[in-house]
Amino acid sequence: MIPAAFEYARASSVDEASKLLSKFGEDAKVLAGGHSLIPLMRLRLAQPSALVDINGIKELDHIKEDGHKLRIGALTPHVTIQNSSVVKDKLPLLAEVAGEVGDNQVRNMGTMGGVIAHADAAGDYPTLALILDAEIVTNRRTIPAKDFFKDLFTTALGPDEVVTEVVFPVANGPHKYIKFRRRLFDWAIVGVAAQKMNGGWRIGLTNVGPTPVRANAVEKALHDGAKPEEAAEHASDGLDPAGDLRASPEYKKHLARVLTKRAIQQAQGQ
Amino acid sequence: MKHKVTTTVNGRKHEHEVEPRLLLVHYLRDELGLTGTHIGCDTSQCGACTIHVDGKAVKSCTMFAVQADGKSLTTIEGMAKDGELHPIQQAFWDEHGLQCGYCTPGFIMAAAYLLGQNPNPTEDEIRKGLEGNLCRCTGYVNIVKAVQTAAKTMSTSPARKATVAAGGN
Ligand SMILES: Cc1cc2nc3c(=O)[nH]c(=O)nc-3n(C[C@H](O)[C@H](O)[C@H](O)COP(=O)(O)OP(=O)(O)OC[C@H]3O[C@@H](n4cnc5c(N)ncnc54)[C@H](O)[C@@H]3O)c2cc1C
Ligand code: FES
Ligand code: FES
Repeated sequence: MIPAAFEYARASSVDEASKLLSKFGEDAKVLAGGHSLIPLMRLRLAQPSALVDINGIKELDHIKEDGHKLRIGALTPHVTIQNSSVVKDKLPLLAEVAGEVGDNQVRNMGTMGGVIAHADAAGDYPTLALILDAEIVTNRRTIPAKDFFKDLFTTALGPDEVVTEVVFPVANGPHKYIKFRRRLFDWAIVGVAAQKMNGGWRIGLTNVGPTPVRANAVEKALHDGAKPEEAAEHASDGLDPAGDLRASPEYKKHLARVLTKRAIQQAQGQ
Repeated sequence: MKHKVTTTVNGRKHEHEVEPRLLLVHYLRDELGLTGTHIGCDTSQCGACTIHVDGKAVKSCTMFAVQADGKSLTTIEGMAKDGELHPIQQAFWDEHGLQCGYCTPGFIMAAAYLLGQNPNPTEDEIRKGLEGNLCRCTGYVNIVKAVQTAAKTMSTSPARKATVAAGGN
């Protein structure tokens, strides 16, 4: 289908992008890789009054090592993250996840900032950001990931706020992300991330609620000495996932437990 | 308000005034008459619309024409040279890598990108590299064979290899 009409402007700096967003009003949106926004506009599920294209702001496309942190620019496409030797070395979990987002064509266009700002329940980076205590940097402030994802497609961002960077800690111990799906390029029906960091496990779940979930009960059980298969039984504690075309709530809870067990075991096996 | 877009498509320069909401695939098909690029879905999933934008495989249904301003594009029409099919096109022919042919232009452009990145892919790498393209006739076995054959031909014809690595043009 053909998207509804909108006004279009290119920003050459973050400051200009923010000004254009204010000028166009609250129905205006940032256009990054377009790979969540344009599909929604084609189905007319989204009808922004204006798009502010930030693709010309080249300084937003970067990967920087900064002490024990990795700073990923908002416009960095998935393909760059997937192939980055710095990311493979310092946060291999992120490089692996980037390589499993969509397909080659999607990875050539879609961006880190776009996934984070879009906050789809099945988005993969939000789960990593949450469990690793990443920070989302905007033109205005720095927001801890745990305070960023508010609800389905809803974040702490204001209408003229632009994500500039996502800052992850370095973590190169045992790790695994398992994405359960029917076809290679699909979104996760359920995803599980496991990362060993500072001596403890961080476990996160994708697409089992409106926002990413940190599996605190599993982390605690592992900390208290439980085996992976015992700890993983807690993966569905407190979950109330919505059913969808591909999975019922019960099935998603089952997947959360099974995949958590596998993710920890496979991470340990590395 | 219309915006001016200047593109180079298959080596030819074009300039148009377009509405921002015009999708790149509609620009190619309706404004430039390059109907080899197909539209197979409304959900950015099928890959029938795959072209190269500055050497990268992109779904042209998921990009606005205004975003292509200043870029160099290659479509399926730009693959054959001097009346001779591109080795990937020839391989799809020889291996019967198509049935109805609707998905074929997208597969060929995705395969050209894949072989540019990885000239000698394994079967798994080919399947993974083409994950963004769907064939409704489900002729995947012969599609994979065609890409394997193309990889072989291109490795023995270095000139072709070099041009594909530079974006299939
Ligand atoms: C076939 C297909 C399969 C996919 N599979 C997956 C998958 O498995 N996992 C996954 O995580 N994603 C998947 N995606 C989505 C893809 O990763 C998108 O690229 C991503 O969700 C959005 O990033 P974008 O750069 O394309 O953003 P856009 O589509 O341009 O924007 C998305 C939203 O974020 C806002 N936004 C973007 N950048 C900023 C910024 N810097 N500051 C403020 N707001 C901003 C926009 O205004 C818009 O509301 C898939 C997409 C397709 C088409
Ligand atoms: S028409 Fe572009 S992905 Fe289907
Ligand atoms: S040959 Fe018919 S869709 Fe692929």
